[in-house]
Amino acid sequence: MANVGIVIVSHSSKIAEGTGDMVRQMVGDTVPLACTGGNEGGGLGTSAAAILRAIEAAWSEAGVAVLVDLGGAETNSEMAVEMLAPERRGRVVVCNAPIVEGAVVAAAEASGGSTLDAVRQVAEELSPR
Amino acid sequence: MIPAGASSERLHRVILAVADAVIAHEAELSALDRAIGDGDHGLNMRRGFEAVRAGAGEIAALPLPEALQAIGTRLVLQVGGASGPLYGTLLLTLGREIATDGANLAPALTAAVAAVMARGRSEPGQKTMLDVLAPVRAAVSAGGTALPCRLPGIAAAAAAATVPLRAARGRAAFLGERSVGHMDPGACSAALIVAAGCRAWEA
Repeated sequence: MANVGIVIVSHSSKIAEGTGDMVRQMVGDTVPLACTGGNEGGGLGTSAAAILRAIEAAWSEAGVAVLVDLGGAETNSEMAVEMLAPERRGRVVVCNAPIVEGAVVAAAEASGGSTLDAVRQVAEELSPR
Repeated sequence: MIPAGASSERLHRVILAVADAVIAHEAELSALDRAIGDGDHGLNMRRGFEAVRAGAGEIAALPLPEALQAIGTRLVLQVGGASGPLYGTLLLTLGREIATDGANLAPALTAAVAAVMARGRSEPGQKTMLDVLAPVRAAVSAGGTALPCRLPGIAAAAAAATVPLRAARGRAAFLGERSVGHMDPGACSAALIVAAGCRAWEA
């Protein structure tokens, strides 16, 4: 089975792309990866439509883990998940984790063939309880 | 209940009035958001409601449930801040729940406000748009005469009542005590939308 995909969602396209670069350095192209940042107007923000496209670009039958920065990124990511085809919705998780560290450890875990639950868990262990 | 006879002309009037009110208050909404947030609420809401305004004719020609969902979809896709999915969820849920004749507005609005609470993992009292949506929902559920005339005042008072609150959700929560003393921008936009919508409904 394919490795879990990783999606990075930041308010800033530079943070999204930079985090993606760090993930690529770590795992190369063994993990499907997509990054998105900025709103429909090109400013700081997030776009549910762009997140939806990113999830589809990083799609894996093993599922997709989404790493987000601040509140709106999470809310828009959850909205994007609901806009997916019904059979895909249950295979995407929005992780409660810091975006850079979370993306890197999640991708490293995914590159070893771990399940979506395991990928989410390593990322979320970074967050204080 | 209110919307017996949601004619397409009336719906068109309401959509244009709400969009125009939001667009006209861009500067005020952004100023409120600069005080306790990231300063883009006015710009984001203008972008969303310009998309709604551009489609007002075709939206108003739809049956009420589909019209509300079409507005919600435009807000989700265009607003770009947390308020996009929150207002989008409000309208999408309202559209899914409401009858074509609008007769079940009270339970439909109750479901829609509950969906916003779930989407934002928030509740009234945390200095958010819910501090306006919840009392408006309660007033609609209580019913009574001249509801569209009374709702703007209820909404405005509820928005003003967010000034002394300390933010517990959203970007403003990072400011802690410093969020006290400012009106919440989401509460302000919610009150604007309620007021403009009700006045155009009655016009």
